[in-house]
Amino acid sequence: MARYLLGRIISAIFVIWLVMTLTFLLMHAIPGGPFSSEKVLPPAVMENINNRYHLDDPLGKQYVDYLKNLSHFDFGPTFRYEGRTVNDVFKDGLPKTATLGALATLLALVCGTLMGIVAALKQNKAADYIATFIATIGVSVPSFVIATFLQYYIGFKMNLFPPIGWGEPINMVLPAIALSAYPIAQITRLTRSSMLDVLNQDYIRTARSKGLPGYIIVIRHALRNALIPLLTFLGPFFAYILTGNFVVEYVFNVPGIGQFFVTSIGNRDYPVILGTTILFATLLVLFNLLIDIAYTIVDPRIKLADRRGL
Amino acid sequence: MSLPIEMFTPVKQDSKLETINRPSTSLWQDAWRRFKSNPLAMGGLIVLTLIILVALFGPFFSDFDYASNNLMNARELPGWTHPFGTDELGRDILTRVMFGTRISLLIGFGSVLINLSIGIFYGGISGYFGGRVDNVMQRVIDIIYSVPDLLYVILLMVTLGAGLQNIFIVLGLVNWVPMARIIRGQILTLREQEFVLAARALGSNTSRILTKHLLPNSIGQIIVVAALQIPAAIFLEAFLSFIGLGIQPPLVSLGYMAAEGRMNIPSFPYALIFPAVTIAVLMLAFNFVGDGLRDAFDPKMRK
Repeated sequence: MARYLLGRIISAIFVIWLVMTLTFLLMHAIPGGPFSSEKVLPPAVMENINNRYHLDDPLGKQYVDYLKNLSHFDFGPTFRYEGRTVNDVFKDGLPKTATLGALATLLALVCGTLMGIVAALKQNKAADYIATFIATIGVSVPSFVIATFLQYYIGFKMNLFPPIGWGEPINMVLPAIALSAYPIAQITRLTRSSMLDVLNQDYIRTARSKGLPGYIIVIRHALRNALIPLLTFLGPFFAYILTGNFVVEYVFNVPGIGQFFVTSIGNRDYPVILGTTILFATLLVLFNLLIDIAYTIVDPRIKLADRRGL
Repeated sequence: MSLPIEMFTPVKQDSKLETINRPSTSLWQDAWRRFKSNPLAMGGLIVLTLIILVALFGPFFSDFDYASNNLMNARELPGWTHPFGTDELGRDILTRVMFGTRISLLIGFGSVLINLSIGIFYGGISGYFGGRVDNVMQRVIDIIYSVPDLLYVILLMVTLGAGLQNIFIVLGLVNWVPMARIIRGQILTLREQEFVLAARALGSNTSRILTKHLLPNSIGQIIVVAALQIPAAIFLEAFLSFIGLGIQPPLVSLGYMAAEGRMNIPSFPYALIFPAVTIAVLMLAFNFVGDGLRDAFDPKMRK
């Protein structure tokens, strides 16, 4: 176990380093500097700018400097926001992104599992069809379209929730729904099929024949085992919550990292793109490590060594 | 007790019992038979065929051009001349949707073709040789897998620049990983089977075994993955268009139209609704067909 963990941690560090290097190289492979799209500047000014951002250093030195700064979590200056560093942007945005993400996670887990359970218990009845229909919409409509419809029809037309902005808790309602639409759909489908599997097992029949009430069978016997396959979805789920934020924060004008990232793509603000990619990739690699460890705790039948090949 | 020796005489052989009366069904006939009996999959296939036909031939019957503006007729409501209405530059939305579907389908099929080629090559080698080669190749896949593909896609698109050609390159470069894994898994199990040993005993070389025996036997799995990756590619392109890294005008894709229509939703929702509905229908059709194919090729997976 300790040996496995050590190996996983080393490989996680290696992956993070690789992501840093590749993103750095990609960003520097772009023809023309980040300032070349502006109106033509006098050469002296260009030289000053390059000097200021160390763009005239040799690539190797820039790379070593960047890694050095990253090692104490310094992501460098932004190109487009005078006086702000990427760290400032993260400090501002991360709490908002994290709050929204946590809320969406909660919503997705609760709604998804509930809908999945109901659909499985009422298989081929109206409730099943409604849940399947919602799940189908969630996976077949792009999230920016769902977000726009929610914003316009629920926000502007019906005036139920504020369609834009940030600050009050009520502002979070629509973005959280938009962000959780896709995971809700996936979790509903997963829970439904694994619930149906479990409900056909012998130990459920035994529990029923002992005369246990239905809700105890569902909660204590069926659900616990039905939720294990859900663990495999947690990695992609977390990845979706992070990257889904790009769209949702942009549409609802939430001042989080996601919105900033999308704006930076338009602005070609490379340090922000670079920093966000590294931050998100690091978070995901660490999270996947945690999931792998959680596996062994939740289900002792799963051996860590077996999952390595996956 | 003892059994009399007569009980051990062979039963009289009758050659008639050995003849096969019905024509044997091939893999394809078998899969098609199962596919046909699945109403959702057949519905998806019919809808998909209709959409493809309309997207391919519809623009020839249209009186309008998808790219030229006509500001006099801007934002016309759906009616006889413009069944889907016109957008804020007066372009016929139906014609644009048909052209956009063409491009979206092109992206879906094209990028899957690219990642299929890479995936077959990578997964085939990894699975066939096994051992150390496989180990190293799988480590590489693990690394690629541990970072979400959306981040790679965005980074590569920023580096290469937006546009149709780069979308092909990037989606092809990123999406081959699941394909390679499936093919490797198939090859790993297949290469241990007797017919491969027989082929080798008869003197077939590696490339012949790979192309004539192993790949044809994994074709079902390959088709299933491809069928499910096409809608994923169309979805991803829609996202790229939304953040401004997708198709560049005057070309249109469904995602680009939806992203463009989004801006004017308060005054004119049709420019968003029609492309969005088309994307949704396309997604559903592809996914139903993909699920149907999975059930048809691999009845064991069926619930």
